[in-house]
Amino acid sequence: MNPTYEDVQVGDELPPATFPIARATLVRYAGASLDFNPIHWNERFARSVGLPDVIAHGMLTMAEAVRVVTDWVGDPGAVREYGVRFSRPVVVPDDDAGAQLTITGKVTDKRADGTVVVTLTAHSGEEKVLGLARATVALR
Amino acid sequence: MPLDQSFVGRSYPPTEPYLVGREKIREFARAIGLTEREYHDPEAARAIGYADVIAPPTFPIIFTMASSHAQIVEDPVLGIDYSRVVHGEQRFVYARPVRAGDELVTTVTVENIRQAAGNDMITSRSDVRTTDGEYVVTAYSTLVARGTA
Repeated sequence: MNPTYEDVQVGDELPPATFPIARATLVRYAGASLDFNPIHWNERFARSVGLPDVIAHGMLTMAEAVRVVTDWVGDPGAVREYGVRFSRPVVVPDDDAGAQLTITGKVTDKRADGTVVVTLTAHSGEEKVLGLARATVALR
Repeated sequence: MPLDQSFVGRSYPPTEPYLVGREKIREFARAIGLTEREYHDPEAARAIGYADVIAPPTFPIIFTMASSHAQIVEDPVLGIDYSRVVHGEQRFVYARPVRAGDELVTTVTVENIRQAAGNDMITSRSDVRTTDGEYVVTAYSTLVARGTA
């Protein structure tokens, strides 16, 4: 059952989700997005520019985070605006598990124009990896 | 040396059209782990009011980042040191979702240049329209050049 504008209230929490990001995920996302920056697949290069290890594409984290919103609302076309700040990198170790990205969302504004604002949090382990992550969604 | 503030407001010529392919949308959706049918099945997309499969919300990064990179980052006069660049912020404002069959033209503008903590930060605005002139989405990207300011 998807939320309606009438029923949704400020403070409502969206169902949280966890998304695994392994090295294979990064290879696949690099190909699909055409972002072949070696910091996302080459450990030697990543370390040479001062990173602890290979890191995930910020845009992959951004893509996963909004799934909490699109799953909740049902129609991805309902998203009117979506923005994030990339505050910390998601480090992806070379093992089978990779990183675990945990996303929560909460309704933080309800506007007269039929939209609501969802504020998202994104954590990889204990690290907060996105800041100012907000999606504006039109509800029926 | 800090980036030249006089570049703020500068627009670059519109890109060649980017034809949004159904298979590209499916590939992008699979890469993120999206199995919802509106990204894969035209019938399912039509059932919720779209002419063809729709793209996930962050899909426009594919062509907006490519054009802002080609035009702003590689502008020799502006002189960004790409080896020091990280993606700082990203925002999309949508009129409607991108869908398969769209032919999209992007116009890139330098929205803002600022310096903070020794870093240069440059925000580009990419306005995306169909070749028929229908406005679809705007992407704002902030790139941070570490230690260059």
